Amino acid sequence: MEILIAILIGVLFSVATYLILTKSLFRVVLGTVLLSHGAHLLILTMGGLGGKSAPLLGEEAANYTDPLPQALILTAIVISFGMTALLLVMTYRTYKVHQTDDLDQLRGRSDE
Amino acid sequence: MSLLHIAIIAPFLFALTVPFFYKKISSIHTGWFVLVLPAVLFVYLLTFIPTMASGEVITHMLNWVPSLGINFNIHLDGLALLFALLITGIGTLVVLYSIFYLDKNKESLHNFYFYLLMFMGAMLGVVLSGNLMVLYVFWELTSLSSALLIGYWYNREKSRYGAQKSMLITVSGGFAMLAGFSLLYVMTGTFTITEIIAQADVIAQSSLFIPAMLLVLAGAFTKSAQFPFHIWLPDAMEAPTPVSAYLHSATMVKAGIYLVARLSPVFSGSSEWFWLVSGFGLFTLLWGSFNAVRQTDLKSILAYSTISQLGMIMSMLGVGSAAAFYGYKAGFTAATIAAIFHLINHSTFKGSLFMVAGIVDHETGTRDIRKLGGLMTIMPITFTISVIGAFSMAGIYPFNGFLSKELFLESMLHATDITSFNMQSLGILFPVVAWVASVFTFVYSMILVFKTFRGKYQPEKLEKKPHEAPIGMLIPPIVLASLVVFFGFFPNVLSNTIIEPAVKAIYPASLTGIESFDIHFSAWHGFNYPPLYMTLTIIAVGILMYLTLAKWQKIYAFLRLHKKDPINYIYDGFLDKLVSGSAKVTNLQMTGLLRDYFVYMNVFLIALAFYTLYHFNAFAIDTTNVAPIPIYVWILVGIVAAAALAVPFINNRVAAIISVGFVGFLVALFFVMFRAPDLALTQLLVETVTTALFLLCFYHLPELRKEKSKPTFKWVNLFISLGVGSLVTTMALSAMAFGNKKPFESISNYFIENSHDLGGGDNVVNVILVDFRGMDTMLEILVLGIAALGVVTLIKLRMNGKEDV
Repeated sequence: MEILIAILIGVLFSVATYLILTKSLFRVVLGTVLLSHGAHLLILTMGGLGGKSAPLLGEEAANYTDPLPQALILTAIVISFGMTALLLVMTYRTYKVHQTDDLDQLRGRSDE
Repeated sequence: MSLLHIAIIAPFLFALTVPFFYKKISSIHTGWFVLVLPAVLFVYLLTFIPTMASGEVITHMLNWVPSLGINFNIHLDGLALLFALLITGIGTLVVLYSIFYLDKNKESLHNFYFYLLMFMGAMLGVVLSGNLMVLYVFWELTSLSSALLIGYWYNREKSRYGAQKSMLITVSGGFAMLAGFSLLYVMTGTFTITEIIAQADVIAQSSLFIPAMLLVLAGAFTKSAQFPFHIWLPDAMEAPTPVSAYLHSATMVKAGIYLVARLSPVFSGSSEWFWLVSGFGLFTLLWGSFNAVRQTDLKSILAYSTISQLGMIMSMLGVGSAAAFYGYKAGFTAATIAAIFHLINHSTFKGSLFMVAGIVDHETGTRDIRKLGGLMTIMPITFTISVIGAFSMAGIYPFNGFLSKELFLESMLHATDITSFNMQSLGILFPVVAWVASVFTFVYSMILVFKTFRGKYQPEKLEKKPHEAPIGMLIPPIVLASLVVFFGFFPNVLSNTIIEPAVKAIYPASLTGIESFDIHFSAWHGFNYPPLYMTLTIIAVGILMYLTLAKWQKIYAFLRLHKKDPINYIYDGFLDKLVSGSAKVTNLQMTGLLRDYFVYMNVFLIALAFYTLYHFNAFAIDTTNVAPIPIYVWILVGIVAAAALAVPFINNRVAAIISVGFVGFLVALFFVMFRAPDLALTQLLVETVTTALFLLCFYHLPELRKEKSKPTFKWVNLFISLGVGSLVTTMALSAMAFGNKKPFESISNYFIENSHDLGGGDNVVNVILVDFRGMDTMLEILVLGIAALGVVTLIKLRMNGKEDV
């Protein structure tokens, strides 16, 4: 299963990179969202997917999944959410001020 | 801290008081206060002459950075004392001269004397330091203060150009020298000069011997204006004349000579050193004298003359280094003795000539020899001084230049006796070059005097009505000119007091066993003395050439040599190309397009990571611990991949948002499958909020356009993104395989075992978040808070009018 998920992560990273390389600022933000999904799945996968039971001790199971990657991902989700929100508002402001979200046109003044 | 340490630091401390004198006591010329210091230092240093003559070396230790071996040690021997006396002695005279040269009401004297004192202290530091690193620090300070002094009249463009040029050239050389010093440290493990000299044989065996030598010589040659680094010196003539007299004839340009002499015990005896030092020296001698004849500006003539004379001293040091090869037998050391002697002579006559040029400039308003002429009767004292100086420079009896010129010719003739270093075939060049250069030296010396003071008086071309200079301005050149005459008649005053200890420092007695050098100068060696005839022919041919000057000067036009040195074109062109080239590189690379920078980053990441994987042969897939794949996982993976892949093709913003949100919700489903309930919960919540956020402001967001770009652009993007994707997959698989190969105990067991007992909770993930690793959570809350504040600020804050958008 890890191999399949690894390939899926590769697909997510590819799409995210492709979006980040485009000219539209909005697509770049969408790319970062997909990139963080890929990264979260990667952390989980690298911790191993073979666990039988959720890390809740009440289950009294013999084989719990690894709780540490889950804790890390939980932190990462919240941080990436904060980042996404900020990026989104920045895109909005950029568009309001410059009336464009084309990165080619946002490159700055010619006299710089 | 000894008195000698204080002597070095004193000029710097004194410099700090200069602005005070300038502002508070403005009725008296600031120079009078400054004059005290070099005079006191000169007298103080004179007291060391008997000590030095007895062969003693004074050292004082002062720790500075002992852990790096960088200590402010004083090393005073004959060579250092000679230079220190030149610096303070001529420094005193130059300060005196500058008092009359610079107007106290028109010039910003506090700057001038601040820089001058800074230079004096730095120069004393260079010659008295016993530690190479400290020497380097002072060396750069001389470059800096020299540039400040050249650019003293900073509102003139030529001054700024000259200052920049001298700075760039001497500092480049200084850096090379620093590298050379570092190599010496690598070889010997010390920066202390005496200890390095003691390990000369270790250095000679090292493979770093030649690089170190080249780098050190680069520093010495740039500072001492040797070909092809001499070009800064003529442009440095934009400085006030006292500065030219002091820095660019008597002291700073001799720092390179000092360095070559100081490190001679380390490098001499090798053919590379011999050829580099004497070869560059001879060529500089010839080039400088040849170009000096062409100049029409008094100070330019003197600048090229300085270049030429420095080359002469350098070549003598080079020939003198052969003595190390021959075990310091008498005869080969003569060249070094001549070098030291000429060093003193050059400082005296060149200093006086510069001061004369300054007087002429000051009293007539021009330094152009085409406008000058017939000043002999108007300025008789100045004329006398310049005759003495110029005749000494030309090598005419009875001035001191005659004696050192004869010694020079003798040592060059003697160089043909050297049987090693390929000298059998090339040795004949030495006396020939020396003779030719001496002829040119004679010619320009005559031009200097006679074109200025004889000939037709042209008052209509002069800006001022010329008259004799004030007596205060005349005293310093008179003192120097009297020294020229005095050393001409009584050269042996110097021989045992100054020159012998200096030569001893260049040939350390510990290496040779020679107790003393029997130095005796005499003007008359009898008729059986070849240099005598060389001198006579030089004078004869020189007079002939001076009289036929107009006829043969066409050769310069024929050779396409202008007043500007051709090396200048290389320098200027190089500087222009450097600026335009780096601008080109910057424009090529810094496009201002976000996408280009992403491309650089990703391409570099792919290349580096794949190379690393390839280098360690880490392409491995291990299926041992892989969990089985249920069928619904296949389906889910397929759906997620399809939803993700669709996003780039969607040109509708709502559809794009929903597609991305779809991926997020499915990721939550994955979390459910992989038994991470808290993650699933959070992911669901966050995804909902994110999607809501997107949908909230999508109305204000731009319409997604279809990407209108060239196919190559898309193909490059596709290629890079596939590269990143495959890289991540490969790294994940590789890491998994290596993790299986060398399994180690996961820390997670600790969390699972102790979550209940230590943390008091059964939800291990939550216990980790708030108990075991609570710090992460706290800062994550902080991140969220900052992001929220950022969002509010971005939406609320309007800096209309002030915003730079």
